[in-house]
This record gives sequence, C-alpha cells and structure tokens, in this order.
Amino acid sequence: MSILVNKATRLICQGITGKAGEFHSTQCKEYGTNLVGGVTPGRGGQSAVGVPVFDTCVEAVEKTGANATMIFVPPPFAADSIMEAADAGIELIITITEGIPVVDMVRAVAYLKAHRPNVRLIGPNCPGVITPGQCKIGIMPGYIHKPGRVGVVSRSGTLTYEAVWQLTSLGIGQSTCVGIGGDPVNGTSFSDVLRMFEADPDTDAIMMMGEIGGNAEEQAAELKRTGVITKPMAAFIAGQTAPPGKRMGHAGAIISGGSGAASDKIAALLEAGIIVAKSPADMGTSLQQAMRG
Amino acid sequence: MRTRLLATELSKKKADLSQWDTRNRKSMKIHEYQAKELMRAAGVATPDGIVVSTPEEAFAAFTKLGAPLQVVKAQVHAGGRGKGIAVGPEDDRKNALEVASGRRERGPGMAKGVQLVKTAEEARAAAASLLGKTLVTYQTGEVGSKINKVLVTVGHDIVKELYLGLAIDRGLQCPVLMATTEGGVDIETVAHETPEKIHREAIDIGVGLADFQGRKVAKALGLQGKTAARGAALVKALVKLAIETDASLIEINPLIVTETGEVMALDGKMNFDDNALYRHPDIAAMVDVDEEDAAELRAGKSGLSYVNLDGDIACLVNGAGLAMSTMDLIKYHGGEPANFLDVGGGANKDQVLEGFRILLAEPRVKAVLVNIFGGIMKCDIIALAILAAYDEIDFRVPLVVRLEGTNVEKGMELLSQSGRPIIVAKGLTDAAQKVVAAASGH
Repeated sequence: MSILVNKATRLICQGITGKAGEFHSTQCKEYGTNLVGGVTPGRGGQSAVGVPVFDTCVEAVEKTGANATMIFVPPPFAADSIMEAADAGIELIITITEGIPVVDMVRAVAYLKAHRPNVRLIGPNCPGVITPGQCKIGIMPGYIHKPGRVGVVSRSGTLTYEAVWQLTSLGIGQSTCVGIGGDPVNGTSFSDVLRMFEADPDTDAIMMMGEIGGNAEEQAAELKRTGVITKPMAAFIAGQTAPPGKRMGHAGAIISGGSGAASDKIAALLEAGIIVAKSPADMGTSLQQAMRG
Repeated sequence: MRTRLLATELSKKKADLSQWDTRNRKSMKIHEYQAKELMRAAGVATPDGIVVSTPEEAFAAFTKLGAPLQVVKAQVHAGGRGKGIAVGPEDDRKNALEVASGRRERGPGMAKGVQLVKTAEEARAAAASLLGKTLVTYQTGEVGSKINKVLVTVGHDIVKELYLGLAIDRGLQCPVLMATTEGGVDIETVAHETPEKIHREAIDIGVGLADFQGRKVAKALGLQGKTAARGAALVKALVKLAIETDASLIEINPLIVTETGEVMALDGKMNFDDNALYRHPDIAAMVDVDEEDAAELRAGKSGLSYVNLDGDIACLVNGAGLAMSTMDLIKYHGGEPANFLDVGGGANKDQVLEGFRILLAEPRVKAVLVNIFGGIMKCDIIALAILAAYDEIDFRVPLVVRLEGTNVEKGMELLSQSGRPIIVAKGLTDAAQKVVAAASGH
C-alpha cells in the first residue's frame, strides 16, 4: 500500500516549462509516474514533456483530475504556488524549490492550516517522495530504489540516496521514501511521517536520517519511547563532528527548543530503543539489526 | 602570494553552528548602529547617537550630541563587546581573550569595547583606543574582529533593564516574541535557570502583533501607566519591522526604562534571512565584507557552501547532509576533517575546480576526499569534471575519490585509467580508510 504516493497518483508539475521542472518531470514520467499535466502562468495551451500546460492549477485539476503536484517554481513565487495548489483542491503538494524566504513559508503554512487543513505539504527544499516501482515525485535517482517493506524518512537529499542505496545493496526494499526537507518551516515533520508508516500495513520497519539543529529527532524518539510507534527503527544523525562554535544568536538558540546537538539527539534515540548507526557506512546494516530485533 | 593571503583569511573565523543548524540558509548580520537606524525609522526609540570612523569625528560627535554622559561603542558583529578587549598587533591576544571571557582581571591600559565618556576629549581618546584595533570577545575567540567604526551615543539614567527577542519558532511555525524583566544579562542563562521568567508571544503573521498582545507583553515586563503604553507601542513597531524586513532574529538587550519613563533600545541586534535579501536591496547594502569570512564569501559566489575547520583532511561532497556525514565518517576512522564543503546537488567542473582551490589554499590540508553520490548527475560526467579540475591546479596532496550512483563503473574507470595519481575508493568505509592513511603518509 505504501504512503503518500502510489499507482493511483495523478501528478502535475508547477513550473514544468522551467529547466529543472522540465528535466525532472521527464525523469519522473520515465520512471512510470502518472504525469498528467503542468502549470505555468501565461503558457496555457502549450504542451511540455508530452502533457498539456495550463495557466492555473484550478484549470489543471478540472481537466486532468490531478491529485498531487510537484513544485519547481523559483523561490520568490514558490509559496504562492503552494497556496494556489491547495486552493485548487490538490491533496499532496511536494515542493522541491530551495531558497524560499522563511516568512513566505510561515504565510503559506498558516494559509494551509486555516483554509485547507487536510492538504499534505512535503518540503520545501526536499528531494521529494518515491514509492519504488509505483510513483516517483522529485529529484531522487529512481534506479537506486527497490520495492519492499522499509519506510525511509530524512531531512537530507544525498544522504537519503546513500541510505537507500545501502538498503538496496543489502537486498532490503523500501515501501516509501520521504524527504521532508531541511528548512526551518516546512509542511511535514519526522513525527508526521512516522505516524503514517506506523499505520501502513505494508511498512515493517523505519529508517530515519536526522541532522543537528532543532528538536525534530527528539520528538520522533518520544513517539517511539511512548509506544505510538511500535515498528522497529534505525537512525543516523549527521553532524556529530560539527563544532559547537558560535551560536546563531541567543534568541534563536532558545526558541527552537532543545540543544540541537548530535549527542542529545543520539541519546534520546537510544533511550527510545532505536538503533543508531555510528558510521554513515552502517545505516543499512543498522536497519537490518533493528529488524532482527 | 594569493594562496598565502587566502590561507590567512581562512584561519580568521571559527566555525559557526548557525551554519550547520540552518544549512545553506544563512543569516546576514548588521552592526548595532545599522539595526538602531532601522528601529528608529520604524518607531522604536533609541538613544541619540552618531557613528564615526576617526577620533576627531568622535570628538565632534560628543560636542554635537551635547549630553554630559555618553558611551563609545565598538561596532563589530560579535556579541560580548562590553567585556571585549581591543588589541593591536603587538598585544597578547590569548590574555585578552582570558579577560574578555571573565577568567582574568583586566590589566592597566587594556581598552574595553564599550567605554563611558564625560568629555569630548575622553570621547576622542576612547575612539582612538578602539579604531583600527581588533576586538577580542568571548564570541570571536583570539582572532577577534577589526574595529572600523565606533558609535558615540547618549547615556541615560536607567531605572529598569529588560530584554526583547524575536525569532522564528520551528515548532509553532511562526515568529515568536520573547520578553523578560531579566535584561542586561545572558538570556541563555535566564532560559536555562528560570525559564518561567521568559514571556513568549506567538505572532499570527497575517495579523502582526495585536494591540492586546502588546499590552500583555508590557504587563509581563512590569511596565505601568504611560510607560506601559509606550512599551506596547514599541513592541508592536518592532514586530512590524521584523516581518517587513524578513528579519530572522532581533534582540534588544537591554531594553531600558529611563527616569522619565521612556522605553528605549539601548542595544540592537538584527539578522536577516539571506533568501529574502533580493527584496531588500537597502538591507543587502548594509553588509560589511570585513566581517565575513573571505573563503566562505568566495565559495558562496560559486554556489558552494564552505566552513573552515581545524583538521587536515579536506572533503568535497554534494549535499549538506552527506557532507556532514562525510566529516563524521573521517572522524570515525581516526582522521580530522579540515572543512565542510557542499557543492550542491550536482557537481560541475567549475564548482569542483573552485572547491579544490579553496581546499588547497589551507596549508594544513594533507589529503583530499571527494565523496559524490551521483543521482541525476551521472558519475562519468562527475569523473570528467574532477579530472579537468585536477589538471588545472597544482594538486600537492593525495586525492581520494569515492563515487556512487548512476554510471559509477564508467566514472571509476575514467579515474583509475586517467594516468593521474588519484586513489579510487569503493564505498564509504574504504574511502575513509584510504584518505586517513594518505593523510598520515601511508
């Protein structure tokens, strides 16, 4: 069954006529994703990547029945595109764009909460979501994945590829891989994805790649510790050797909650019974160990 | 010569955690005098002041301001200026750092970063003791920050010292204002020891700070009567300024109440979201390149993200998460990473070349590890970029390359059959072991 995306997903790409949008739409389509259209204001009536282009999301949804979107719109306009997609009734919005102003994201997330609370936003600044063999939405290389029963969630791009590649090389397939993105204000947290994997009958175990900064990893650990998540988990925290150095400013350090240090995150994960890879080369084998119990 | 210069610049600044925490989302910093200019224009009261860059100007500024008690403040981005010590080329920086960190008494003739003055002559002398010197504070470390400007500002009788801060809360996904009566001290200590003394007010970005929230904050700050009304207005103006300018962080420490009941920002700190600077050219123009790490600026221009560290194994990686993991990997296998360098999701020849130049400018570097997960960007293309870059510079240390992803066999073959002394690794562990061995001369 997987989570978020599958064979039934009908995808449009906002920004499909841009260089990155066109390239990655092509890649997704070649992987087998059901790409049904694209949106670029002012380019309605044209076609790109073999699908029709529309001026607005509303029109794209009316004509194609799209239920998911992949956003490659440039940063100054990307938050507006997120709201446009939600307004058009699209349920899943995957935002790849990197460099969106934080204030714009605060506005977009507030808009979604107030007007479209059931919309699922992934990202921004993320590699996207893939259910191997069924549907790829994003910039990840499709071939490194293998259909299977391990859920993968990460804040990073290439580190996720690394972890997935290790799993695939060990013969361990993935149910769905989700990149939630590295921005301070985003649509979906580790905890959100963990709950989805817990509820998914086709996911047996979960691999999570965290990073220093913030306290999302601690919150995820708390879900495992309190039994909300019962499936076996392995994790890796990047940035263990990053020096503490100067702070980002006192208010920022306090307000984000938690110390953000790798050692605190690892301690919380271990206490929750999650296996933590000591070396990034051991992510796959740690998951294997977690599954053996 | 160019290499030596760059190396000196490289060693200037220590790594900054904010860059890890926020990945490529960096914040632009400005000076106190600039923050106060923005605040004043937005309706936040600040003491009168004049920023100057010579002792003579400081003398004139004191006379013009006309107040009997004034303050001369070094303008550097780092915090801890009040206890900071200005040093010249001959002075003992280690000792200055001990004093600036409160571990040793201040000796005679050591100039503090913030000085009280009572005459124009004293203002001139204070400015002379700071301008052109380097300010060492507990935040800058021994390297310090060059003082190019000082702010001459009117002193006030202080009845209360308060604190205001504003930042984006990741959990609540909105700006949050923090206020406490414990001003003038280290706010992290307050947060740690007496968190209940910090009042937090979440801000609806569509509404801004509502009037009732302003009244709540004023109450939490213990303000009464007309002073409370002034405080509420100030807080509202500050929040409006933060949202309009895409500020990622604002701190006023201390916010003071004067004998006449005025509420004023005695100090001011503002950082801005780099990603939003395109819509604030006036703020972007406030950048002080002397305060920025030259190598990091240079890297940024090529779309690279670079942070200098202490070790001797340089690494060039695609993606921030994998770059941090590569540092962890080197350390795990007994090596010390010399830097963090993220060339972005792909890796073209120009980026690899510029990356190599920056890495090799650091004389400590004894070996280089390239770790690229070629996703959409195919490994054979990356291998060609590495070879082209390799040939354009004098590669004085061993180079270990680990590629993974699309067309990896083709890429490895190109490297190993290139005739260059490039060490090809298979897998992360192999790469780490090979580069650690290479750095120690094996």
